[in-house]
Amino acid sequence: MNSLDNLREVMRRDRVFDFMLQTTGLEVDLSHGTILYLEDISVSFDGFKAINDLNLYIDAGELRCIIGPNGAGKTTMMDIITGKTRPDKGSAFFGQNINLMQLSEPEIAQAGIGRKFQKPTVFESHTVFENLELSMAGDKRIWPTLTAQLNGIQRDKIDEVLEIIALQEQRNLYAGALSHGQKQWLEIGMLLMQSPKLLLVDEPVAGMTHQEMDRTAELLTSLAGTHTVVVVEHDMDFVRSIARKVTVLHQGSVLAEGSMDEVQADPRVIEVYLGE
Amino acid sequence: MRIINLIKHDRGGQLFLSVLALATVLIPLLNLLLPEGHPLHISTYTVTLLGKYLAFALLAIAVDLAWGYLGILSLGHGAFFALGGYAMGMYLMRQIGDRGVYGDPLLPDFMVFLNWDALPWFWYGFDMFWFAILMVMVAPGLLAFVFGWLAFRSRVTGVYLSIMTQALTYALMLAFFRNEMGFGGNNGLTDFKELLGFNLQADSTRIGLFIVTALMLALGYIICRAIVTSRLGRVAVAVRDAEDRTRFIGYRVEHVKLAIFTFSAVLAGIAGALYVPQVGIINPGEFSPLNSIEMVIWVAVGGRGTLYGAAVGALMVNYGKTYLTGALPEVWLFALGALFVLVTILLPKGVIGLMKRKEAQS
Ligand SMILES: Nc1ncnc2c1ncn2[C@@H]1O[C@H](COP(=O)(O)OP(=O)(O)O)[C@@H](O)[C@H]1O
Ligand SMILES: [Mg+2]
Repeated sequence: MNSLDNLREVMRRDRVFDFMLQTTGLEVDLSHGTILYLEDISVSFDGFKAINDLNLYIDAGELRCIIGPNGAGKTTMMDIITGKTRPDKGSAFFGQNINLMQLSEPEIAQAGIGRKFQKPTVFESHTVFENLELSMAGDKRIWPTLTAQLNGIQRDKIDEVLEIIALQEQRNLYAGALSHGQKQWLEIGMLLMQSPKLLLVDEPVAGMTHQEMDRTAELLTSLAGTHTVVVVEHDMDFVRSIARKVTVLHQGSVLAEGSMDEVQADPRVIEVYLGE
Repeated sequence: MRIINLIKHDRGGQLFLSVLALATVLIPLLNLLLPEGHPLHISTYTVTLLGKYLAFALLAIAVDLAWGYLGILSLGHGAFFALGGYAMGMYLMRQIGDRGVYGDPLLPDFMVFLNWDALPWFWYGFDMFWFAILMVMVAPGLLAFVFGWLAFRSRVTGVYLSIMTQALTYALMLAFFRNEMGFGGNNGLTDFKELLGFNLQADSTRIGLFIVTALMLALGYIICRAIVTSRLGRVAVAVRDAEDRTRFIGYRVEHVKLAIFTFSAVLAGIAGALYVPQVGIINPGEFSPLNSIEMVIWVAVGGRGTLYGAAVGALMVNYGKTYLTGALPEVWLFALGALFVLVTILLPKGVIGLMKRKEAQS
């Protein structure tokens, strides 16, 4: 009797097995206005503390710049948020409800966190268009991917992103043939295709001309509001041109936080930067 | 219709399939219609030899799918090939029935010789063709799945992964050499009589096997082409070129690798099953690490990442091998090594890459 009930329960057609549920169904809860919580995070590599009791909160819709000398732990922090590195202690939450410590990299990406690497990484033997196609939000399991066909709406979405990153003319070019700056943009475009809530952008203007830098600044500021953007950058002029709020990282923890002017007037920050 | 769409932009594939179709029709005709002694007559021996090459070509396509597109340099595809071959061999053994030397109605000769009195459980079912064909796919597929699940989950890549695949086939070779394993030990499985009631020595059967192998090669090519032109195929190339990037846009890289690697192993198993009835024997030598390395050389010579290049490479190198082992047997291994070095240095994209370059220049 009991087992029959169980069987009935299992066979109910309005139910889906847990393992069939997609992680894309996981909606991030932003009811408190904070999209990212990093609390008491530490991580060490062979005894060297790359991140040391880091506390960082990012508001939804914010554009935050993170600066800090080389080796301050900026990239490592992004590794932790995106699941590439597991911290030794501390907690990381995406919104109120998503515990990033329990998710794998693709699950975190599916939940809505997109990441641009420090070294621009695109699929060089695919065309610009294909790079964007592959990055598009959607069901990324094996079978749906095997049978996927682009529909009109999706093509429009790709065209839209091509326009934003100004690569319409290069759409059928192999990504490997792009200039360094164009690759950076393509990678940002790939993030946009994922429709992420939170974008982590690691050194986006490295190797760019001034013109390209201006365009990138424009692009990132236009994204803020609808997205939350966290930018790691070295170039102070660039940071000044986009930043509303700046966090200074030093030796794996937050040294100062505030507007660019406040931060630059902070004696501890001056010491760290001039002491180099 | 779908097939035409698939190869519409695949000029190399069109050419490959056309030549293959022509050969499939012409070679049996030249064998059957022309009298022996006619200059254009193709002997049954040659037809079977060509059939063997075609099985290798299918195997090469399987290797290329994993290496050229997914970036997994498998040095163990010989294991999947051999497992498929053994599954077919077990069926053929059981078809012998009481016509063996010892005349046991149930037990193959080697078991009688070992004084076994019952058929081991894993030989059950192999008297049925459908079951054997199922095992031709399941055995290599399952091995690849388990191996891949462990290796990809621990994120073993590159050279380490290649060495592990090599160790896999080596370990299986040692295992299959043992008589207690129940696969005929050293001698393997041989003295086959018939397949589905057709006498394996008969010319008609041999020609039939050649045609079936050619058809399976075409089918295998088309399925692989369908995979690599799908979005999943593009994801595979993405994994090959930038694994982390692929992961961070939300693909489960391990699953992608597992799916394609397993499919590739199944294809290799089918190639093995087509090979065994044509050569009439399967023994542990097929697991030898050197065999798996040879397969990779076929693909490198032909040009990886094109599928048809792999097939062409397999045909060319094996023709060369047949010729050289006949003329100068000691030289073959050196020739193979030299070939690999030369191709790696001079023709990184293989013969097909060279032809494409020539075409672009003219
Ligand atoms: N995987 C790793 N293994 C060992 N040390 C690492 C690893 N990743 C980062 N580090 C070290 O951690 C420190 C912080 O690195 P990183 O986060 O890249 O700094 P930033 O991006 O701020 O320049 C550096 O000293 C770096 O050498
Ligand atoms: Mg960095």
